[in-house]
This record gives sequence, C-alpha cells and structure tokens, in this order.
Amino acid sequence: MDLSIFGFLVQDGLATGAVYVLLAVCLVMVFTVTRIVLVPQGEFVSFAALTLAGFEQRQRPGLAWILLIAGGIAFAMELYGAWRRRTRRGLAVAAFSFLALPAALSAAALAGNALPWAAQVLLTCAMVTTLGPILYRVAFQPMAMASPLYLLIAAIALHFVLVGSGLYLFGPEGVRTAAILDGSTEILAMPVAFQTLMIVAASLALNLVLFAFFGFTLLGKALRATAVNRRGAQLVGISPDYAGQVTFALAAAIGALSGILIGPVTTIYYDSGFILGLKGFVGAIIGGLAAYPAAALGALAVGLLEAFSSFWASAYKEVIVFTLIVPILLWRSYAHLTVDDDHE
Amino acid sequence: MQLQRKTLIALAIGSALLSGFPAKADLTVGVIVSATGPAASVGVTQQRTVQILPKEFGGEKVNWILLDDASDTTTAVKHARKLIGEDKVDIIVGPSLTPNSLALLDQLSETGTPMLSLAGSGAIVEPVDEKRRWAFKTPQSDGQMAQAIVQHMASHGVRSVGFISFNDAYGEGWAKSLGALAERNGIKIVASERFQRTDTSVTGQILRLIGANPDAVFVAASGTPAVLPQATLAERGFKKPVYQTHGIANNDFLRVGGKNVEGTLLPAGPVLVAEQLPDGHPAKAPALEFVRLYEALPNAGMRSTFAAYLWDAALILKAAVPNALKTARPGTPEFRKALRDSIEEVKDVVATNGVYTMSPTDHLGLDERSRVMVRIESGTWRLVR
Repeated sequence: MDLSIFGFLVQDGLATGAVYVLLAVCLVMVFTVTRIVLVPQGEFVSFAALTLAGFEQRQRPGLAWILLIAGGIAFAMELYGAWRRRTRRGLAVAAFSFLALPAALSAAALAGNALPWAAQVLLTCAMVTTLGPILYRVAFQPMAMASPLYLLIAAIALHFVLVGSGLYLFGPEGVRTAAILDGSTEILAMPVAFQTLMIVAASLALNLVLFAFFGFTLLGKALRATAVNRRGAQLVGISPDYAGQVTFALAAAIGALSGILIGPVTTIYYDSGFILGLKGFVGAIIGGLAAYPAAALGALAVGLLEAFSSFWASAYKEVIVFTLIVPILLWRSYAHLTVDDDHE
Repeated sequence: MQLQRKTLIALAIGSALLSGFPAKADLTVGVIVSATGPAASVGVTQQRTVQILPKEFGGEKVNWILLDDASDTTTAVKHARKLIGEDKVDIIVGPSLTPNSLALLDQLSETGTPMLSLAGSGAIVEPVDEKRRWAFKTPQSDGQMAQAIVQHMASHGVRSVGFISFNDAYGEGWAKSLGALAERNGIKIVASERFQRTDTSVTGQILRLIGANPDAVFVAASGTPAVLPQATLAERGFKKPVYQTHGIANNDFLRVGGKNVEGTLLPAGPVLVAEQLPDGHPAKAPALEFVRLYEALPNAGMRSTFAAYLWDAALILKAAVPNALKTARPGTPEFRKALRDSIEEVKDVVATNGVYTMSPTDHLGLDERSRVMVRIESGTWRLVR
C-alpha cells in the first residue's frame, strides 16, 4: 500500500464514518431519553433518499401515504386518550402535528409539481421529520414505561412494518439521487471530492448544533434532564411523552439529512437503512449507548475499519466490522461502564 | 328445504374451489414466480407476462395458476406441494430463482411432475440424473454466458482481468466458471475481490483492482447493486473495458447507473436487443412478437429478459403438448409422463432466447445462438456485431 491508496482509504472511511456518526449520535440520544434502541433509525435515512429520488423523477412519493395513515392512527389514539381522561387538553396540538401538518406536506408532495431542488430537499426533510413523533406516538408512547427489552422488541416490530411498507410503496429497486456538488479539489496533493467534503462538514456541523442544543437551550436541557432521571424530570414539569416526541423528531430529522447526504454517493434501497443503522449501532456501543463523543469516535472508527478491511480482505469485511463488537462488549462489561437501565 | 339447497350449492362451489376450479379435462399449468421479496424485480415481470400467455395448446384449454413464493425457498416448496397435490397440475413453470428450483427436485421426481424452471444456474438440469429427469429450464446457464464474455475478451486483446463479485452464491458461481474458462484462454485473473449487495462504498476493493493494473474489469453482480463498483471505477478514472453479467439486463440498472455505466459490455439473451438483431437471426421474429405483446401491457415498461424466459417456457409447451395429448388426457400421471418425454424430444423450437433442442442429456437445449454481446451506449442496449 502506498501513500495515495492510504489517503483514499482514509477519505473513504471518513465519509462513510461521518454518516455512521450521525446515526450513532441519534441512537445514543434516543436511548438515553426514551430507553428505546431505535432499530428503525436507518429507515429515516432510506426513506429520505427514496423520497428525494421520487421528487427528482417527478413521481408521487409513497412516503406521503405512510405519513397520512400513521398520522391518522396517532390522532385516533389521542382522541381515545382524551375521551378516557375526559379532557380536551393537548388535542389541538395533536390535531396540528398528526393531522394538519402531515396533510399539508402530503398534499404538497402529491401535487406532483416540478419543485426546485432546495424545495425538494426541504419537503423531504419536513416529511421525514414529521414522521418521527407520529411513530413515537403510535408505537412507543403507550408502552413508554415498559422495560428496555419490551421497547427493543417494539422497535424491531416497527422496523419490519416500515421496511415492508417501504417495499410496497417504493418498489424493490434502488435509487441514486443527483449529485449535490460535482467535482473535486486537492488537499495535501490528493484529490478530494466535494461530495465527501460536504458529508464530513455537514456531519461536523450537525454535531456542533446538537452540542449547542443540548448545552444551551431550555428544550435541550429538558431532554437531558429526562435522560438523567425520568421521574425527576416529570416532577419538575417535563412531560416524558413530549420529550419522547421531540427526540424522535430530532432523530428523524438527522436521519433525513443523512439520507440526503449519502443519496448521491451510493445506491439506496427500501431496506438499505438497516445495515447503516446497524453500523451506527456498533459505533454507539463503543460509547456504551450513553456517551456522545465516544459514540461519535466509535462510529468514525467503524467507517475507517470498513474502508481498510474492504481493501485488505473484502470477503470478510462485514465479519471484521461486526466482530469488533465482541471485544468491546467484553471490555465494557469488565470495566463496569454499562448503563444499568433496569434500576432507575 | 330451502336451507338445504343453499348448503348444497355452497358445498358445490367450495369443492370446486378446492379442486382448483377448472374442469378436469383442461391442461393445468402451475406457475411459481418471485414477485415479492428481494428478487421482486425478476418475478414481477414474469407475473405480468402470465396475462399474455397462450390460452390454449393444441386445441386444449390451458389454466395458468400463478403463485408468488416471495423469493423464499420454503414457500416455493409449499406452493409446489399444493399445486401438485391439490390442483393436480400437469407441469410446473418456475420458480424464478435457483435455490427455489433446486429445492423442488425431490418432489418432482417423487410425484412424477415435470418442471420448466426459469432460474439461471446450470445445476438445476446438469447432470440429467434420476433426480433431474423431470427438470428442464429455459434461461441460458451461467457457463454459456461466461463463455461469451471470455470469447469477447480473448478476441479483443484482454490478457488480464480484475474480478469483483457479490459475496454470495451468485458471485462465487461466476468466480468459478470465469476462473476455469479464463485460464484455458490464457487470460489471467490478477485480482479477485468481493462486496455485499448492501454496501455503500467499495472504494477499498476498487483501489485494489486498479492497483493490479488489469486490461479489463469484470463485475459479477446483479440488478442495481452492480452499479456501485462501476461508479467507483469511473470516479477513480478507470478507462479500460468493464464487463458485467446478464444479471444487470434491466432498465433500472441504466436508470441508476447513468453516465457511469456507459460502454459496459455484457452477454444477454437476444430478446434484449430484438430490433437490432440481423434478419437471419432465428430469435428475431419470436423476440419481436414477445416485445410487442409485453410492452403493450399497462405499466410494463420496457422488455425484460426475465419475462422472456417464461414466454419461452410457454413456446416449448406449445411444441410439446400436442404430442403428449396423443398418449393421454391431462390431469393424469400418464399425461405428465408423456409431457415430460415430449419436452425432452422438442427440436428446433425457435424462441426469444434462441433455439431449444432438448435431449436426454441436455434439458436446457440452447446453443451459442442463445446469447449476444451487448454494449451500453448513450443509455440504451446496443448489439455488438
């Protein structure tokens, strides 16, 4: 291996790693706030890429139907809850976020007008982001107090529902979205594609935004409080349902951005999200599903390991990446650093 | 009284449904395709084709019973059991996939039911032994396609090849058939890499291939995942020829590949470039006929070579059924045996994928007229003359 090959591999590893970082950070965030291992995180990525590709080809994106149907179910659940508690509080907000917003976005998407590129991206992000809280309301909120194991099983079920609907609505074939930035520049006498630079920069920026959000805003602090102690947060007036929905909206938004970032560099299928999410998960495990910087570094390491193992032993690449989890789990369980989630 | 009559009618309808509805004398053909699941892009086109298949063979009405195995081997076996046991089919056409077809072999020989498989691998019909006596197939085998590629390489001065394939049975099968053929033709495989269908980056593998400095690169993958290695090759400025397998011969590959796959060489069934075939080519007329019917179907889009395999199975049946009818009536074990024997004897059946001449040792029956080399030029398939 000479220096230029080494450089290309590092570049490739950083680009894929940057996407894994986003997913790993989402997994950590969702897990700490809600104790859900968000298996369907990858679906946000694939649905965003598939929806954007649908817009580019002037098709009506199937995501609109998922939004409308799931939003309808979520609102029906709210209505039932309101009827049982004999109160109308919160119904207006629910009607907005589960009915009006999805309906407006779906109408815009299904109208089939030729949209400028920026509008396509915005609409895609808005649709996927809206889907996040709806999914939380339908699948997790009724069982939010259950143990992490039950939540994990619900997450797996949701994953299969989403992948199945994805196959039905988007079809079995893959898509590649149009390149956002063509061309390349030279860094340290080595050509670097703008697309790669953009992915890394976007990942970095998003992580900074998240850092600022959790560090300096009231909402971010409220989420952190929920993550540290749910009961305590509830006592000081932070609704865990609200925290859960906000977290899911954030996770969905970051997933959507990841999808838009990697759409032009790889082919995305209705089921591509899972393997991406799984690699992000390996990264998150390195951080014990609790620490952001460790999860981010872990995900970056997964990307680099993947790049180098695909060069040295391509047939065993996946084996190498997923075997990484074994020594890490061993080390973590010996170092007593795991999150003890059964005793709150 | 009234109630009893109603019950009787219900029972009659019920039993008619259970027995597969058609009256017993008609010819019954069970079709198993993979219209959903991972191989959906293959099976969907075949599912569509059933509508345009002939409604009668040799004056005998045909009932096509279509089942979807969801790309799953166990489901295929279950469907076959139902078709043979309950619907009393005279022959099974399909399944679309190699593992699913292989899984039916025991059932076929035990029950004496012939099968016309629509799957690629030669292992389904080679060698013709006791187990494979009842199995036939219509798609060219990988070996035949590999031969076309190696011939093209040899005659175009390619001396060394970089190989990259799926990390699964498809890729390994090609690695084997290409390895043997290449050696015989004095072509060296200088690098052999693997990748996953789900991979989002193959930069490592491609750097390795380019590092070995081959005269050409051969990608053994199918469908749209085959785009990724080629896109990465283009990104790295690789200008030499790239070969692919016939597994990419659908329009989704062109859509996803865009300008990255310009100039790609691949072997394919003649139906892919029906209009461009020279007038003397035996497949031209049947291929054009099939293309006309298929492309007129709603939402069908452009022709599919996968759909053409089913069409050819129907053409073989059309040639074989009249002979079998002379011996026995459909729906009986004697007829199934007669049909098997008669398929084994078909000669010079001109179809969309070439000319089928079966024999007791060859249950595929295609020769070199069954494949052409195709190049992707300005986003369409062009016949290489």
